[in-house]
Amino acid sequence: MAEGTKLEIVSPERLLLSETVKSVTVPGADGYFTVLGDHAPLMTTLKPGFVTVVRNDGISHVYYVRGGFADVSPEGLTILAEEAQDIAEFDRAKIEGLIAAGLTAQQAANTADEEMRLQAEIDGWRNLLLDASVGTGSTAH
Amino acid sequence: MPSLKDLKNRIASVKSTQKITKAMQMVAAAKLRRAQEAAEAARPYAERMGNVLAALGAAYAGRADAPALLAGNGRDQVHLLVVATGERGLAGGFNSSIARLARETAQKLIAEGKTVKILTVGRKGNDILKRGFADKIIETISFRDVRQLGYVNAASVGEKVLAMYAAGEFDVATLFYSRFRSVIAQIPTAHQLIPAKFEAPAADAPETLNYEYEPDEEAILEDLLPRNISVQIFRALLENNASFFGAQMSAMDNATRNAGEMIKKLTLVYNRQRQAQITKELIEIISGAEAL
Repeated sequence: MAEGTKLEIVSPERLLLSETVKSVTVPGADGYFTVLGDHAPLMTTLKPGFVTVVRNDGISHVYYVRGGFADVSPEGLTILAEEAQDIAEFDRAKIEGLIAAGLTAQQAANTADEEMRLQAEIDGWRNLLLDASVGTGSTAH
Repeated sequence: MPSLKDLKNRIASVKSTQKITKAMQMVAAAKLRRAQEAAEAARPYAERMGNVLAALGAAYAGRADAPALLAGNGRDQVHLLVVATGERGLAGGFNSSIARLARETAQKLIAEGKTVKILTVGRKGNDILKRGFADKIIETISFRDVRQLGYVNAASVGEKVLAMYAAGEFDVATLFYSRFRSVIAQIPTAHQLIPAKFEAPAADAPETLNYEYEPDEEAILEDLLPRNISVQIFRALLENNASFFGAQMSAMDNATRNAGEMIKKLTLVYNRQRQAQITKELIEIISGAEAL
């Protein structure tokens, strides 16, 4: 029985984290899921959200990720995110800016499809802010 | 024959040139270390991405419903060459060797009757390719004002390429950059972006397991392929950056050494002339004294 799972969080700019941890909660395409040791192989795209990492000593740590995918294999969990940073660096104002930009774009959208797509995007950002205000993403199961 | 004063001035000017090249070499060395670290930090991401896509893409090989970014749009007529070079010169053959590879490729494609479009990233590539291919260059992107190359910079190039592809403005895209092997070896490289080409997965790579896909294979592939373009460009830009400073460092090292040699030669001539002058004056004095 494997003790915990090996986790790597990688962004294009750097390797953010690489260690063995107890559990990881990931914002997958179909919702948050938690990975413990010996998880079945799974591959999913990521939604913008928060990755909660529980270290072996029980201390948890939260990272903000956006865009990319998570790969759960027998060797461990790899999170490839276009943007990954510590929760402390998470910038609410930036997301609010993105929502505002999305709303303006929606006003200018020509087709219903385009409008729907933008709406989904805006909803995603709003959910993200909600998650952030609750504290960590792990509450949004 | 230059006078003593002329020689003195030449020596002084070569000396100050040497000081400049020496300083540039040291600056390049310091920047090279940073650029190299950045290039190495980006490697895990690009490699993982490549592995995953290769595994996913293999399943789609030869299928008619494969995404266009993977299988191409079935044509091979219009080629887009994305040429990434440096923003500055004074780096030996760095910029020109990338441009040469791009030019040779372009000439070959034109000879085959294909249409060529060129997108240059970096001012120098534009400067060089303007001669001869001015009508082929559709746009130049410059990161001259960017202090630290970030993923966002590469993503902006990637989005441009993708938008052009979506609009059907080209069929095949190839990226030109210089791969960083070592300080003295930078290899100009051509890498096909669209349709995507992957290195064959290593033979000892674990067989694709019974992966569960969320939402499904196709959606993941569709999400990842455009990202992969930006990642590839980002990686190329970082490699380029490291190569640039490597090339600059060795070019400046050469220049410093050449300046040193030149100073040595000039000093020799200067000393000889000075001695000749003294001898001449002595002869004049002695023969003057003898005449008395």
